[in-house]
Amino acid sequence: MSLRILRTGPLVVLKDAGRPGHAHQGVPPSGAVDRGAFARANALVGNPPGTAVLECTLGGLRVSFDEPTTIALTGTDAALIVGGTPIALETATEVHAGATVTVSMPKRGLRSYLAVRGGFGVPEVLGSRSTDRIAGIGPAKPAAGDVLPIGPLEAVTSPVPALPADGPLEVDLGPRDDWFTAAAVKTFLSAAFTVTPASDSVGLRLDGPALPWARTGELPSEGVVRGAVQVPPDGKPIVFQADHPVTGGYPVIAVLTPEAADRAAQARPGATLRFVAG
Amino acid sequence: MTRFLRCGREAVLAEVDDLEAALALYAAVRAAGLPGVVDLVPAARTVLIRLDPGVTSPEAVRSAVAGLEPGSFSRVAAGTVEIPVVYDGPDLAGVAGHLGVSVDEVVARHTGTQWTMAFGGFAPGFGYLVGGEWDVPRRESPRTRIPAGSVGLAGRFSGVYPHDSPGGWQLIGRTTAVLWDLDRSEPALLVPGMRVIFKAVAR
Repeated sequence: MSLRILRTGPLVVLKDAGRPGHAHQGVPPSGAVDRGAFARANALVGNPPGTAVLECTLGGLRVSFDEPTTIALTGTDAALIVGGTPIALETATEVHAGATVTVSMPKRGLRSYLAVRGGFGVPEVLGSRSTDRIAGIGPAKPAAGDVLPIGPLEAVTSPVPALPADGPLEVDLGPRDDWFTAAAVKTFLSAAFTVTPASDSVGLRLDGPALPWARTGELPSEGVVRGAVQVPPDGKPIVFQADHPVTGGYPVIAVLTPEAADRAAQARPGATLRFVAG
Repeated sequence: MTRFLRCGREAVLAEVDDLEAALALYAAVRAAGLPGVVDLVPAARTVLIRLDPGVTSPEAVRSAVAGLEPGSFSRVAAGTVEIPVVYDGPDLAGVAGHLGVSVDEVVARHTGTQWTMAFGGFAPGFGYLVGGEWDVPRRESPRTRIPAGSVGLAGRFSGVYPHDSPGGWQLIGRTTAVLWDLDRSEPALLVPGMRVIFKAVAR
């Protein structure tokens, strides 16, 4: 059983839970950018947690199936169009053999997750089927005409995680909030920041009021995590996302909670973000 | 003394006084095999400890790591790799000029140094090697493409490019050693704490 890629749209990659355990070799964690939507997609179709799915940025994906199966689309308000019929969001859908499935352009959100019951049988690289954006580790980006093998994973029943709430993004200050003036920390926790077009799955680059350092000098590079808000000397924050590098060279003022990092993954260029201490 | 810095809900950042202490702490945490610890990132003065919040918590990891007694760091325990180098890099003469020594002296110093892989981070398989007694500036203008296997110097570090990539290090030679191979169980030839010896070979 397989899925054929008919069209990819702006960006489609395979993603799963990523490849932890290799950071000491310089391997980025990668994995789904919105982990919550990724988990919901797998739970809806009965896949074990961590099964690979297609991460589809700004819609445009069109695929066909050679056998009947169950699919689900999560993450944005993009419509899943099966044989010309729009399907309800965040729900499991049966498709018949030969069905053509399209992911429309979302009006809200950025990354949709298309799960197929059985998962994708492409080879793992260092224990993961995620395509890493900066190190290039993992399967090649799917292209029109590619055929991806599906399954065979046993179906499991697991609760579908809840949809995220609205509101400001929760952060925990640190590890380097002491590198910033008290005024900068206050500004960070009260001002509005705008997502710029230079953002991608490596990091969200934000524009907003400057966040001046309280120190001069350089911080030696150190390990960073998903959701870390790194502030270079120009004061413009970068929120690291799933494909972030292993280390960063600028102080991290705060780290988003995992749920906030998932919500940030859906922020489009031009969106306004606010942070609140968790 | 290890200081623990808050680093979100899925990690702890442990900070120590210097690189030796960071490598010792890294080795101790790695050897301890703490439940729920999924990844370690050693760096110049820190070790980032990533954890699975479904198994453990930052508080539990912090107290478990505080209870470890990192010994003095042992280079021998982490293994030794010998890397054969043809010393014909495009910046070799420039480095010699900068240091005011002969090209042969640069080679003698590079091969005579007991290097230690301190930490990675630039790219998979890349290691910042420490132990050199000299300081060499980066190139004023980085090269857009440096071939895999190029051996370079920057600041107090030496390193070998694992992949074709851009870079600003001074290139003094090249090796046939494969720094990164996904077909190996540990794809990286060099891992933190490992001792590295460069050996001059004919082209």
